[in-house]
Amino acid sequence: MIFLIQKTLIFSIPLLIVALAGMYAERSGIINIALDGIMIFGSFIGALTAYLLRKAPFFVDHNQLTFLFAMAIAALGGALFSLLLSFSAIKLKADQTIGGTALNMLAPAIALFFIKVFFSKDQLEMTMEADSSGKLQDFGFVLLHDDLGPVGKVFFDKAYISTFIAVGLFILFSILIYKTKTGLRLRACGEHPQAAASVGIDVQKMRYLGTTVSGALAGLGGYIYVATVANGTASGAVAGMGFLALAIMIFGNWKPLGIAFGSLLFGFLKCLGVIYPQISVTIKGEEVFFLKDLNLPMYFYNLIPYAVVLIVLAFTSKRSRAPKAEGIPYDKGMR
Amino acid sequence: MNGPQKTEKRAPLLKKSGARSVVASLVSILGGLLVGFLVLLLLAVFAEDIPFPEAFSGILIVLGGPLSAGSGKDVLFQLGNMLFQATPLIMTGLSVALAFKTGLFNIGAPGQYLMGATGALLVSLSLPTDVIPAWIVWILALLAGTLLGMIWGAIPGFFKARFNVNEVIVCIMTNWIAANLVSWIFQATGDRFINFGETKVNFIRKTASNGVATATLGLDKLLGNSYMDISIFIASGIAVVLYIVINKTTFGYELKACGYNKNASKYAGMNEKRNIVLAMALSGALAACGAALWCLNGAQDFIWNTYLSLPADGFNGIPAALLASNNPIGVIFSAIFLKYISVGGSNLAAQTSFNEYVSPLIVAVIIYFSGFSKLIKDLLQKERKRKKEAVAVSPLPDPDPKEPPAPAAPDVPAEPEEKTEKGGDAL
Repeated sequence: MIFLIQKTLIFSIPLLIVALAGMYAERSGIINIALDGIMIFGSFIGALTAYLLRKAPFFVDHNQLTFLFAMAIAALGGALFSLLLSFSAIKLKADQTIGGTALNMLAPAIALFFIKVFFSKDQLEMTMEADSSGKLQDFGFVLLHDDLGPVGKVFFDKAYISTFIAVGLFILFSILIYKTKTGLRLRACGEHPQAAASVGIDVQKMRYLGTTVSGALAGLGGYIYVATVANGTASGAVAGMGFLALAIMIFGNWKPLGIAFGSLLFGFLKCLGVIYPQISVTIKGEEVFFLKDLNLPMYFYNLIPYAVVLIVLAFTSKRSRAPKAEGIPYDKGMR
Repeated sequence: MNGPQKTEKRAPLLKKSGARSVVASLVSILGGLLVGFLVLLLLAVFAEDIPFPEAFSGILIVLGGPLSAGSGKDVLFQLGNMLFQATPLIMTGLSVALAFKTGLFNIGAPGQYLMGATGALLVSLSLPTDVIPAWIVWILALLAGTLLGMIWGAIPGFFKARFNVNEVIVCIMTNWIAANLVSWIFQATGDRFINFGETKVNFIRKTASNGVATATLGLDKLLGNSYMDISIFIASGIAVVLYIVINKTTFGYELKACGYNKNASKYAGMNEKRNIVLAMALSGALAACGAALWCLNGAQDFIWNTYLSLPADGFNGIPAALLASNNPIGVIFSAIFLKYISVGGSNLAAQTSFNEYVSPLIVAVIIYFSGFSKLIKDLLQKERKRKKEAVAVSPLPDPDPKEPPAPAAPDVPAEPEEKTEKGGDAL
């Protein structure tokens, strides 16, 4: 059970934070189909940072610090990378889908190009080496080798720092977009930019803000994905997580609570597909591995999350409402 | 009289929006190549083990595509393979382009591609060719793959039309469902289809093992024993048909109307829901047909255990369509161009100390710039108008036929303008 919760969290967290990233861009009126690319770029920058830092013994001994530093740099990298999108979409009024697609192609190309140049191989591992005292440390865990007790075990044993930070950021940014003046202005630009402009809001600035926050969160999400789900290997791909996050965002109706529910549901179903042979119930003192005994191939469990999302969407889509002005370049003269 | 008329026709080239699109695409390509060159140059300057002149020879190798393979035989071989590999890309490009024309974003081409490959492989490998002639099996397999992809593509269309679910999310979901479903199907059927001999457990048998292969008309021998067959001509034919359907038929008009403004097309009495489903189904069929053509080549290894990855040719249909501004005929050239650059990239990796990821980098930058095509087109139009005004002021007509703007009143719209020109010619 503990294992299930942990695994669910590990898979849900990147989705959660990247779907929120998508929400920030789209609520400001910019379709961010480049989430996948920004994730890849962030994961590359973050992994590179961690790799380089861990050349120094100090950073090997202070694992958590290194991890945090890499997270920050990944977010910064994502934010900078997303400027390519916002520049083309906001300043040059280019088609946002095209710009996003270009970024999705650009990020793996850049990552793989430089990984190959620097390391002469196709992937970059943030090595899990022993520290200077010879003890093997798991990179990025909150606490190590301590007696935690039953409650502590659920939340802290082999839990990544990134999980807590991501949840904190998720709550913080959800509040920011709903409860502050800037958040309200940002959302107005996604609904009716001309009306927003008429009351003196700088639409372009707000949209730049939305995409840049989006880029930072997506870059961070990419690094979290690589450091946790992908076991510290950046290979110029995030297994389509960015697109999944986009789907979760639409699933969550462009709202934080929906996104949280969507990513937890999806993460749970996804990890069910990985650990289903280990799930058991005890009937009359006998352990029954009921899912394993069904003898269905793993492909079946792997496709469940996607099928469930489709079915849920079919039932809930009537309420679905995208930001009205998303994807439309801002034109002052338009009514 | 014939000669001058011809030059007259050639002169206002940039007047046509199609020509402006081509120019815009060429500008994007130039920009992408320039950035790629800059990257090589930077690397050559800063990396110690790469000599400086290699940046120049490197970009030439990329530009040369298959032509930079070295010996003449290799060039032919790579050329043949490039044309063959471009076939599925043309089809997925057409798939994405058709959906774009209807205002839909078909990011589900990878899933439709997988379904098409599965349908074609199942039929071509299970029908006995000693009873049914191989060419009939070939046609049946192509149809089966296309049909399966059609059904798969119709799902997002149905969800969009019936439940108003964003097609992007459904496409992404169906992609991964397809990836798992395909792996499941082939795992369940086991050694009937999987090639367990030669330790190639990851691959499905080649269709040639059942005697099913696309006709080559000797093209494979001609092009250095490559995989070349007639499938690229089939794909090009389909592209031409699609062009005619979109531009010259009522159905195509309805699709485009639906793309421009769904509500207006509904108001005009078109069944916009039916059109959405049909467009997505056709898109699926196109992508799947590309996959079927690839598999039915006879000598290709299809990786069946694909549940963790989606075929790249599916996603690359998006840049192929974008680069061609969703023009079906243009997709033929953009797809071939994309493969051309990618062959150039692998030649670069083989011949210099750079790696092959330069070519996806260049392609990505090209796509990024192609997003500005509207901007470039507008600039071209403005430039034309400006020049035209300048000429109109000058008393003498410009004698140079190559000069694009023809002397005419600046505020007359494009078509009447042509008439006045012809009138002037007759006088």
